[in-house]
Amino acid sequence: MAVLTHLEAIRQGIWEEMERDPSVFLIGEDIGVYGGAFKVTQGMLEKFGADRVIDTPISESAIVGAAVGAALMGMRPVVEMQFMDFIACGFDQIVNMAAKIHYRWGPAVPMVIRGPSGAGVHGGPYHSQSNEMWFVHTPGLKVVVPSTAYDAKGLMKASIRDNNPVIFYEHKFLYRRIKDEVPEQDYVVPIGKARVAREGADIAVIAYGAMVWTALEAAQELEKEGISLEVIDLRSLLPYDEEAVLASVRKCNKVILLHEDTRIGGFAGELAAVISEKAFEDLDGPIVRVTSPDTPVPFSPPLEEYFLPNAAKVIDAARALAEY
Amino acid sequence: MLFYLKLTREAEHRIERVLYRQGKIVGGVYVGRGQEAIAVGSAIQLEDGDIALPSHRDFAAFLIRGFTLREMFLNWLARGEGPTRGRENTNHLGSMKLGVIPIVSPLGDTCPVACGTALIQKQRGGGRVTLVYFGEGTTSRGDVHEAMNLAAVWKLPVVFICNNNAYAYSTPTERQYAVKDLSVRGPAYGMPGVTLDGNDVLAVWATARQAIARARAGEGPTFIECKTFRMTGHSAHDGAEYVPKVQLERAAKQDPVPRFEKSLVAGKVLSAKRVREMEVQIRQDIDEAVAFAESSPMPEGREAVEGVYCEEKCYWKTSVVSGPVSVAPAEQRRP
Repeated sequence: MAVLTHLEAIRQGIWEEMERDPSVFLIGEDIGVYGGAFKVTQGMLEKFGADRVIDTPISESAIVGAAVGAALMGMRPVVEMQFMDFIACGFDQIVNMAAKIHYRWGPAVPMVIRGPSGAGVHGGPYHSQSNEMWFVHTPGLKVVVPSTAYDAKGLMKASIRDNNPVIFYEHKFLYRRIKDEVPEQDYVVPIGKARVAREGADIAVIAYGAMVWTALEAAQELEKEGISLEVIDLRSLLPYDEEAVLASVRKCNKVILLHEDTRIGGFAGELAAVISEKAFEDLDGPIVRVTSPDTPVPFSPPLEEYFLPNAAKVIDAARALAEY
Repeated sequence: MLFYLKLTREAEHRIERVLYRQGKIVGGVYVGRGQEAIAVGSAIQLEDGDIALPSHRDFAAFLIRGFTLREMFLNWLARGEGPTRGRENTNHLGSMKLGVIPIVSPLGDTCPVACGTALIQKQRGGGRVTLVYFGEGTTSRGDVHEAMNLAAVWKLPVVFICNNNAYAYSTPTERQYAVKDLSVRGPAYGMPGVTLDGNDVLAVWATARQAIARARAGEGPTFIECKTFRMTGHSAHDGAEYVPKVQLERAAKQDPVPRFEKSLVAGKVLSAKRVREMEVQIRQDIDEAVAFAESSPMPEGREAVEGVYCEEKCYWKTSVVSGPVSVAPAEQRRP
């Protein structure tokens, strides 16, 4: 097994799928000659040629729409959004075209829209958003949010092989900071299965994306105080692994819902509803959310630091909940 | 082409002015009364492997591509055995087998999709083309501009066909755009732009022929503006009181259906008797299709939650719609 960064694992996942299946191709801004703003697609133009690594004008709606047309023709396009913030420009094609075609008249729409999301790199309001919930609320889409390099590769392969439109969130903070062992042989991480990132006994922390690492950092710290956190990595939000969430809640009887996305309408709200519907009797304390506040993502480092959830905030919340 | 013009006029008459008024068709009703020549004159030139993305006012394109009248009426009547199994209304039906991709109601979205089908057609070779239809109101949407630019940059085999029917719902052209002819948009993106009389089916045919040939030859996209007139409301509930009477009277004189019929009869291409026979046949075909659709069951409510995703056990694999294809005899498919 090789140790790969999050970014390298994503690249390898795409690369192997392109070698395996000639219907897979890439389309997006600056992905060919330049290799992508974060270099995820570096070397692919040289390897796979201009028909399969297609640089486009700055037209997110046309890019997504063209990918839909290609998918209807039997191809498996992988669209890069240079930043997931810009996905708003292709929103209509995603929610009104791609997401509904299968339900409306039957054909499969196998396509992936992937790109960097999330804050922590001083990107300001338009290079930092966690806007996954725009799509979680759209039946017909799948939404994937890996945290490890292993999962990033395995989920990318699963997403490319999926017959539905998949929105694939890559956290840019993890791109080069996270490294783990990634098998060289072919493997797939199924969409919709969560992972127990850390076993624990006292409080379940349900997280996804970069916040899984924040939860693990908090867990390590709290262990010294005798508070045992269990960390669940959702890996995908649509569909999500309800069973894994409920199992962890039933085991720990207390739960913290953690995400980098803002609070109102965030995934924690949905989880809180499901936990109170299905595991109310198992709770020994209030369902606690640790999220960003309901503001745009600010630029200046102190502002951004205040905005983002971090291990200290999780630790504070966990201490209070442990005492409840 | 006269067959399809008359078939479309009669079928849409039945939809808008009979079935809707009887309460048998629910929801919105959008027809192409007065602008039938555009789809007929262009879509009739498509071949296997070509793709059409008709607008909601291009009923004829669906029939020409191979949807049956039964399938059309099953869809309009919200039946569970229709092509969309009751999930979609009006002309929102498609089939990749027939090469038809339907609109979504945010109009213009099909233009980028057309770029995608044309991109793959171009990569695969074989001279296949994509035709995408939209109204003049739709040209104000960004998706149309993004798609026209993309198609020109990539030299895609796509033909943009604008049905300029003078009104976008209640909005007249002078409040929609500031140019005289929309065809100037073609050269602005680097493709030919043509404005023509969209009520003249032969003019549509001839220009579409050139554009399609150009696309098949790998020379890139064309933008065609077909000037016509919407001889009805935006939808069946809309009395269109905002349209001056004089415009409607002028449009009636330019009506593409009697216009083509008269020219064929005057030119002795068709006898008046043959035309009457055609009309009888069309009415019979429509009667049969409507009766078939009306006797077909509505979907079960619980089906609403099925088939959101294309998974291994796919809801749609069991969908079979049968019925005779209403296609004109070969000699009538040529102008």
